Amino acid sequence: MSVSSFEFTIRPHKGWQPINFREIALYRELLAFLVWRDVKIRYRQTLLGGLWAVLQPLVAMYIFTFVFHRLAGVDGDGVPYPLFAFAGLAPWIFFSTSVQQSSTSLLANQQLVSKIYFPRLFIPLGAIGALLLDLLLSLCLFGALMLWYHFPVTVSIVWLPACIVAALLAAAGVGLTLAALNVSFRDIKYALPFVLQMGIFVTPVIYPMRYIPPDWQWLMGLNPMAGVVLGFRHALLGTEVSWPLMGASFASSLLLFVGGLLIFARMERRFADVI
Amino acid sequence: MQPILELNRVSKEYRIGRDARRDETFRELVLRKLRSPLSALRGAGSLLGPRDQSFWALRDVSFDVAPGEVVGVIGRNGAGKSTLLKIASRITDPTSGSITVRGRMASLLEVGTGFHPELTGRENIYMNGAILGMRKAEIVRQFDEIVAFAEVDRFLDTPVKHYSSGMYVRLAFSVAAHLQPEILIVDEVLAVGDIAFQKKCLGKMSDVSHGGRTVLFVTHNMAAVENLCQRCVVLERGQIIFNGPAKAAVQQYLNSGRTRGGTGHVVDLSHAVTRRSLVAPLLKRLEFYTDGDSPLTEGIAIGARFKVRIYFELPTPTTSFNIGLGFNNALGQRVFTAHSFFEPNRHSGMLVGAQVFSCEIPSLTFVPGDYWLRVWLDIGNTEADFIDDAAQFTVIESDYYGTGKSPWNGAFVLKHRWYLEPALKQADAISSHAALVPEIADG
Repeated sequence: MSVSSFEFTIRPHKGWQPINFREIALYRELLAFLVWRDVKIRYRQTLLGGLWAVLQPLVAMYIFTFVFHRLAGVDGDGVPYPLFAFAGLAPWIFFSTSVQQSSTSLLANQQLVSKIYFPRLFIPLGAIGALLLDLLLSLCLFGALMLWYHFPVTVSIVWLPACIVAALLAAAGVGLTLAALNVSFRDIKYALPFVLQMGIFVTPVIYPMRYIPPDWQWLMGLNPMAGVVLGFRHALLGTEVSWPLMGASFASSLLLFVGGLLIFARMERRFADVI
Repeated sequence: MQPILELNRVSKEYRIGRDARRDETFRELVLRKLRSPLSALRGAGSLLGPRDQSFWALRDVSFDVAPGEVVGVIGRNGAGKSTLLKIASRITDPTSGSITVRGRMASLLEVGTGFHPELTGRENIYMNGAILGMRKAEIVRQFDEIVAFAEVDRFLDTPVKHYSSGMYVRLAFSVAAHLQPEILIVDEVLAVGDIAFQKKCLGKMSDVSHGGRTVLFVTHNMAAVENLCQRCVVLERGQIIFNGPAKAAVQQYLNSGRTRGGTGHVVDLSHAVTRRSLVAPLLKRLEFYTDGDSPLTEGIAIGARFKVRIYFELPTPTTSFNIGLGFNNALGQRVFTAHSFFEPNRHSGMLVGAQVFSCEIPSLTFVPGDYWLRVWLDIGNTEADFIDDAAQFTVIESDYYGTGKSPWNGAFVLKHRWYLEPALKQADAISSHAALVPEIADG
């Protein structure tokens, strides 16, 4: 850091603010530290530790396989249903946990918000970053499941990194917006669990896209997580996807992320006064 | 030379309503927005009624700080010190005005910000350092020094939740003390920890100031201000009332309060600016008396009777209320706390409405000087009303010891005796000498 040339002015901010990328770059090490802290403390004093990261999607996979596949007869688009469900559940659980944790992150870190300055963006982003590790762990477990089912890896696996980025954008977009709103409106706390519970049904996590009437499939393009879930399934299992739908869904992820950043930057200046 | 910190008409307005809106839900926001056209009309209708209750925590505060200067900011509670710090550390925005900062800045509004109880000492050093703005390389380089300064090396890999509070504070301060910004903003973090460690911190801070670093230092500790700061800004009700040499500023600070409180032995509390009410302004009035129940107006002689009558109100019937009186000396140090809670023969029964409670100290034995009274009312477990520096009084010299000599030092005068013990002098001198020698040899 060039120390002598460092000059800035503190003044009132009103209305929409540009994102201060210079500052984010300056503090980047802190983001890494916050992620590291969240990883360290999450499973301290638990018996199973990191196993919790993979236990959740695994148990959900068994329950959904039993309820939807065995009882309701939902099929897995030509792949074994447990694999089909897991490929959707892994990104979905990442998304819903990220949104939950990031939306309460500012309140959980009140002390940081009211006693010190750094880009506040890092608090919700740190929470999401730490959960990325869980997603990677559950993807490792998925690899083991594929071996178990003798399911071959296809070339579409190259899409996986892009899908992870899309999942991050969607989670951060929603998480940042809700974190900022949660400082002033504690309604979020009550509404969110319900909305997330419903979310799994309006996203093709446990059923294939075929089940939706063709005339209505475009609606999924508005759901950023639809593209993420379909993308994960395509990358991991090689299932067919509709590219226009994917494009639309990815675009809405990106839009959500940019919107989340802007809303956060606008509301940020009031955090310390209101929290 | 260009100032390193330039405050230009910094103001901060808080809406009284905003505090009440802290936990506003979405429904309430919608309702308020629906009502607001009406309230706007109402406001326009009457020129007298202010539409929005607001108060200025800071108003047009301007001053410069030159590179390498150590500037103190003093003022009573509610004078705007904390707001100024929060704006300068970028935690909150000013309502108007600006601050130009020409250098790398770090602020220390509390010790141990970002400390996590589940993390070990080692992990917290890294975490806290990063939060305070240190780079990883800097922390690594200074790690051993931080640990040595905090004297916690044996517990480095223990989660800090198992630390004693002293160890915790030492570690936290040690990280902060090793920050190397060009501008350091410090709140009253020195008010924690044991005396020996406080001294060490003060030493470290003056290292900082002699190292050419610029420091903005907010405190109640007048001794620290005079020791460390060259210049001092005195705030009162959000405005600068003095800006100059530290010694003169401390004098100004002490005088600034003297005009408050009222004249004579009756102090009306209804307009106290240093009040912090959780419930309502329930404390109404104080009356002071001395020997023979005569009104205490000017000064009270050492050892004289001190009696204060506190007029207050209980809004709802209660059996559990208490009043506390804190006596602070001119340096802002608490010398004595009187609390109705310590009274063995307290009235017990249901009370409501206007009350008068008296506190009597048969013989007030403070050393001569000015004292400030903090008064608070607890109802149940709530601190319902609280006034800092509610009144001031002066203890004047008197022949307390009956020798015509006045005490000038310390906090209290206590009756004590001195006498020689000729029979012991020979033996004692020898044995104490003998005991000292091997100790020195060991060291």
